[in-house]
Amino acid sequence: MIRFVALRLLQTIPVIWVIITGTFFMIRFVPGGPFTSERAITPEIKRNLEAHYGLNRPLYRQYLDYGWSVLRGDLGPSFKYPTRTVNEIIADKLPVSVELGLISLAVALGIGLPLGVLAAVKRNTWVDYVCSSFALAGICVPTFVMGPLLILFFAIHLGWFNASGWYEPIDRVLPSLVLGLVYAAYVARLTRGGMLEVLSQDFIRTARAKGAGETRVILKHALRGGLTPVVSFLGPAIAGIVTGSFVIEKIFQIPGIGREFVNSAFNRDYTLVLGTVLLYAGFLITMNLLADIALVWLNPKLKFE
Amino acid sequence: MTPIDEDRGHSLWSDAWHRLKRNRLALASGVFLAILALLCAAGPIFSQAYQDQNLELGATPPSPQHWLGTDTLGRDLFARTLYGGRISLTVGLVATFVALTIGVTYGAISGFAGGKVDAAMMRIVDILYALPFAIFVILLMVFFGRNIFLLFFAIGAVEWLTMARIVRGQVLSIKRMEYIEAARALGLSRRRIIFRHVVPNVLGPVIVYTTLTIPAVMLLEAFLSFLGLGVQAPMSSWGVLIEDGAEKMEEFWWLLVFPGALFSLTLFSLNFLGDGLRDALDVRASKD
Repeated sequence: MIRFVALRLLQTIPVIWVIITGTFFMIRFVPGGPFTSERAITPEIKRNLEAHYGLNRPLYRQYLDYGWSVLRGDLGPSFKYPTRTVNEIIADKLPVSVELGLISLAVALGIGLPLGVLAAVKRNTWVDYVCSSFALAGICVPTFVMGPLLILFFAIHLGWFNASGWYEPIDRVLPSLVLGLVYAAYVARLTRGGMLEVLSQDFIRTARAKGAGETRVILKHALRGGLTPVVSFLGPAIAGIVTGSFVIEKIFQIPGIGREFVNSAFNRDYTLVLGTVLLYAGFLITMNLLADIALVWLNPKLKFE
Repeated sequence: MTPIDEDRGHSLWSDAWHRLKRNRLALASGVFLAILALLCAAGPIFSQAYQDQNLELGATPPSPQHWLGTDTLGRDLFARTLYGGRISLTVGLVATFVALTIGVTYGAISGFAGGKVDAAMMRIVDILYALPFAIFVILLMVFFGRNIFLLFFAIGAVEWLTMARIVRGQVLSIKRMEYIEAARALGLSRRRIIFRHVVPNVLGPVIVYTTLTIPAVMLLEAFLSFLGLGVQAPMSSWGVLIEDGAEKMEEFWWLLVFPGALFSLTLFSLNFLGDGLRDALDVRASKD
């Protein structure tokens, strides 16, 4: 297993390198720069600014400098917030997004798994139909429709929550519910499918024949195998929660890293764009690796290869 | 089955059509989508022009003159929703077509080539799967402007991966079938084997997955539009309308509710139709 993880991490290095290099040169070849804003600045000031940030040096030098500083763990100064570094901005905004993502993931698994198991156990009864319809609704009503609708009803109409902001614990409820429900729907669907397949297998019949109670059969014997499709979905799901948070952070005006990323691209804040892309890419690749390890742990018949 | 039926024989397609006809939900979805597509295509002709402003009227709730009400500039929401649907459906179809072309070509080459080429090509797909593609699409749209052709291409370039995997798997398994060997033994040309024996057998999964890709593509387009990165004014899509409605929902709920409902209903129908086709064509490809 250590070999497997080491090998995969080794493969990650060229991928990350391609991502950084691609993004670096893509940004440089698009029109506009960090200092071409609506505020007119004199050519001398612009030159000074560019000299200060090293933008007047040849492109390959800038690229090498940037690569070297990334290797030392320094993502450089932000162009749009002159007093702050990219590391500081990320350290400031990331915890908010991570909290939102973790609660949403908990919502997705906490609602999705029980519903999926229930639907599979009560197959083709009204329980199953209710659970499955819920799952389909979660998939077909996108976050940017459900979010505003929930705000309209629960925050504005009933006044139970604040319509936006991220200050008190209660402000976490609506955003993470909206972001989590979509993935709860997928998780429920996949759990149902996985459980149905496992429940029809011989070892389940053996367990029942040995007199194991139904709860024990489901939780102890079936769930482990039934979870496989859910675990392989976790990689894409986490990627989706990350990008989904762009929309959620906009709807609920949450000061997270997602809004910062979209704004930095508009502002041509070169270093901040690169820093966030690097962060997202590294994070997603790690999550996919963890999901692969979990898959083997659930099903020892698969081998690390 | 009566002997007469057996005599006439059943093609895969007539069987599938019979099964699909019995699935009322899928059929109703298909009819709904057809009507919607017609309305969106023809709507702006018989409805009030979608950009007719009437500033004195302003935003009004649904009424006999304006079935879905008007927006803050006094524009008829029904006409605007149909017009937005035109763009959303067009993006859905064209970007899916781009994804289909890339995915089928890539998957077919990989499957036919086999061996080391196949392994390398699929490894690339695996790596691409793990990348944050939505992030690159956002960067592309910000940097190169909100161009609708770029939108087609960017979305298509994201959604082809699963299609490539499905096609490659199909081609690999069909290649080893005995009837292919028989056809080769009979001296059929390579071209004829591909078009007569391989393509029809790959078609089922491709059709099913295409139907399921369209809603995913439309979601991505609406997601970008909602972030302000989709099509540009004066064009509008459902994502643009929903974003506009979400901003003004406190006073004018109908601006959010009607475009949102129609968008969700369309996604529902496409999913029902896709699932129906999957059952009808008996495709057991796993959905990721």
